[in-house]
Amino acid sequence: MSFLTEPIGLAHYLTVGAFLFVAGIVCMATKRNALGILMGVELVLNGSVLNLIGFASPYFRQENLGLDGPAIALFVIVLAAAEAAVALAIALNFYNNHSTIDVDQADELRG
Amino acid sequence: MIVLLADTGGAAINWHTVMFYVVALAACGFAAMVAVSSNIVRMAFALIVCLSAVSGLLFLAGAHFVAAMQLMVYVGGTVVLLVFGVMLTAQKAFVSMKTTAGDWILGLVVGGTLLAILGQLIFAVPEWRHSDYQARAEAELAAYEEQLKSHIASGQDVTEAQRRRLADLITLARQGHPEETAQIGLALVGVRADRPSPEVAGYSGYLLPFEIVSVHLLVVLVGAAYLARAKRRRKPLLSSGVSTP
Repeated sequence: MSFLTEPIGLAHYLTVGAFLFVAGIVCMATKRNALGILMGVELVLNGSVLNLIGFASPYFRQENLGLDGPAIALFVIVLAAAEAAVALAIALNFYNNHSTIDVDQADELRG
Repeated sequence: MIVLLADTGGAAINWHTVMFYVVALAACGFAAMVAVSSNIVRMAFALIVCLSAVSGLLFLAGAHFVAAMQLMVYVGGTVVLLVFGVMLTAQKAFVSMKTTAGDWILGLVVGGTLLAILGQLIFAVPEWRHSDYQARAEAELAAYEEQLKSHIASGQDVTEAQRRRLADLITLARQGHPEETAQIGLALVGVRADRPSPEVAGYSGYLLPFEIVSVHLLVVLVGAAYLARAKRRRKPLLSSGVSTP
């Protein structure tokens, strides 16, 4: 149980960020529900937020990003919320027009 | 627990590490559940738990303000928006749209390759595998205490500045790095309080991105509200009911 006694490093945070990123990509690639694809996008952006905060944390590196990490992470969170709103509006319109949320049915370039 | 203590060979359990593993397992596990599950409501719930676990990880890294914002904006806003979307686009009896096995295999192969590449990159830097923050903070505190002891032993008084520095070092060693939320606020209006020379290029504040994001949010909300408005339904024609304004 020695891994419970030694302090964690930056690699642990980056691994969790990479896992969330890959889970988001697999989710985006394999879901037929448009909202499932949106959830994949949220996972990808959370992986990037973990990376940013990990590099800026004073607990892992002595020379770190400092204030830039939390500031950019805040922008990422806000932009992700904005993009989720627009994507949801598009998905709602698609559902209202086609009565299905399956993106496999969106194969005609017609409104 | 007693077995754990016996196995460590005398070293104390690092509770920061234990909490990290608990929260990181929750985040990774529920993220995998989002990717694997075929029920959209279960995916939404797993996403809520995963994002809350990510917020916990941000707290553990010392970014308290961003972690609180993550809970408020992401979990309390974006995911609630997604759940509303799930409710509004619900199909009869939640017809589960399954992806074919071929698609799954392809997706997992690509994802696995990417994860392997990223993991190999992450563990290629040896400095990132461990951190010596605690050891360094305690060593600095012990050295300063020694310095103050010799200072007192030589008969001089402890000045106010030395007392404050001792308190700062004790905070750094026992409670961790203090979160400077005021500095984040100052940086967002253009004043970088943490860099010594603000006129050096690259050390300016975040005023321009802040203004751009504010206008961006306004435009996005107006656009999304217009896109998702309830459309006036015309009277249906004889042949088919077309209902666009």
